Amino acid sequence: MSEVALAKQQPVRRKKTKIEFASIVGFLILLIVTIAMIMPLGFMLSTSLKTTKEMLVFPPTVIPKHFAWDNFKELFVNEEIKFGRQYLNSIIVAIATVIGTVFSSSFVAFGFARYKAKGSQFLFVLVLSTLMLPYPAIMIPQFLLFTKLGLHDSLLPLILPSFFASAYMIFLLKQFFTSIPNELYDAGRIDGCKEIRLYWNLTLPLSGPVIATVAIFSFIWSWNDLLAPVLYLDSQENFTLPIGMAAMLSSKFRIAPWNLMMAASLLSVLPIIVLFSIAQRRFVQGIVLTGIK
Amino acid sequence: MKSTRESRREGRWFYFFISPWLIGFIVFALFPVLASLYYSFTEYDIIHAPEFIGFGNYNELFHDEQFWNSVKVTLKYTFISVPLTLFLSLVFAMLINQKIPFRGIFRTAMYFPSMISGVSMALLWFWVFNPQAGLFNYGLSLFGIDPIHWFLDEKYAMWALIIMSFWGLGGGMLIFLAGLQGVPAHLLEAAKLDGAGRLRTFWNVTFPLISPVFLFQLIIGLIESFQVFTQAYTITQGGPNYSTWFYVYNIYINAFKNFRYGYASAMSWILLIAVTVITFVIMKLSNRYVYYEGGRER
Repeated sequence: MSEVALAKQQPVRRKKTKIEFASIVGFLILLIVTIAMIMPLGFMLSTSLKTTKEMLVFPPTVIPKHFAWDNFKELFVNEEIKFGRQYLNSIIVAIATVIGTVFSSSFVAFGFARYKAKGSQFLFVLVLSTLMLPYPAIMIPQFLLFTKLGLHDSLLPLILPSFFASAYMIFLLKQFFTSIPNELYDAGRIDGCKEIRLYWNLTLPLSGPVIATVAIFSFIWSWNDLLAPVLYLDSQENFTLPIGMAAMLSSKFRIAPWNLMMAASLLSVLPIIVLFSIAQRRFVQGIVLTGIK
Repeated sequence: MKSTRESRREGRWFYFFISPWLIGFIVFALFPVLASLYYSFTEYDIIHAPEFIGFGNYNELFHDEQFWNSVKVTLKYTFISVPLTLFLSLVFAMLINQKIPFRGIFRTAMYFPSMISGVSMALLWFWVFNPQAGLFNYGLSLFGIDPIHWFLDEKYAMWALIIMSFWGLGGGMLIFLAGLQGVPAHLLEAAKLDGAGRLRTFWNVTFPLISPVFLFQLIIGLIESFQVFTQAYTITQGGPNYSTWFYVYNIYINAFKNFRYGYASAMSWILLIAVTVITFVIMKLSNRYVYYEGGRER
């Protein structure tokens, strides 16, 4: 694992002359683009605290005249939205998915990293090829399968597949496991370690950072997923956040409740913001190593 | 050399450890791929048993205006959004890779938005593009441009979605940045000593070195944009006047609203073939143009 490349971002070394003209132009472009990228987030925050009347004022006010904290309360109190329940559902699905993905994928990656067998290379190519497999190409039979098992309108179809390992995560973890020196395993064997303990007591404890990356990304993918929940979940109290929030648009409000929806969006990105601020390095690593956003 | 017994033992452990994936692969990938191939030759509404109709679905698709429209919509989005996103993320990566102040802040501010995807992002941008009170039209009004009815106007709905897609370019930028930092400084110095200008250095030194990254991003970008669903489901419902009726949204409507699982499966299989062919073609082409460090076996 190229920790070096991920550590401090080293600028391309140049002679220490005066700052070049091109750099100034680049700086200004970056400044403008960055502001443009951040502005929608500010708009979300500011709208979430506006009253229904103020949110429709044009031009939009930057700081709400009157902070409508009630918007956040309304989300949890309003029986028609069931936001609290849906938030809980999303948390259940995401955490179960993280547990399933971390354990199954590291288990499988351990197999690919440490053992050779007839067909092991072919099987790894097969793992990589499923990276390209689009979910819409397989969703119909998966849906019919889970429906026949009586799991329609339940959270299980969203959770179960994660216990059978994810190709991205196998790939990511295998890269790391392969870099663990063989001597450690030999020493473990001499000490009488069984293979399963080599996985559980030796490999996993050494792999904290990469496992954190796997956990963060499987959390985010599960948290943001819309298509699978849309297929399986019918009743409002079983919705995960994304469907629940999409449904707010089409619900019975007289005016589209943009302030409530922005408050909901803000609360729904909150776990990501928290994860991001405590583990920014893991985000960068995950993106750079898998190439998947 | 390992003894036969030892390697047999190793093989058993190999299959023991990969068994979760193997089972998952068979149940959640291989079986669905084959089953949807079978369904694609049937008329199936889940209540009655599947009825075999040969190439009936494919034949119908060929004459289905909605299907061709969804192909057109998806390709239009793909061919505009993917190259632009790729280009912009490379440009911003190069800008950030310079010796400038606040690089860390720029980097974070650019890629944080790409972490916010899905419905939260769709709702936010739906609101940003609100014709009466949205941020975007306010910005345009500063330049004296009249309000645009983004998602209500079939001329603009697609463009709004394309603009939205730029918000996620931070992830790609980060990958390019890592690639750029892997370019050895001595090669850039050498090019400079040889009198090569910035553009020449980029084109002849930097770009060949990061071309594998570029290629990977291209493939992932294409595959992702073939599968756009959230925006159509949340914001536009395929409208106005079918101008954002994306391919996967069309599959979803046919399968889960019209209960035509066979017909939708045929579309699924066409998607699968399209993704496979495109990946294969790009890889083949790249053998000629992409530089892999340490050379390539021929």
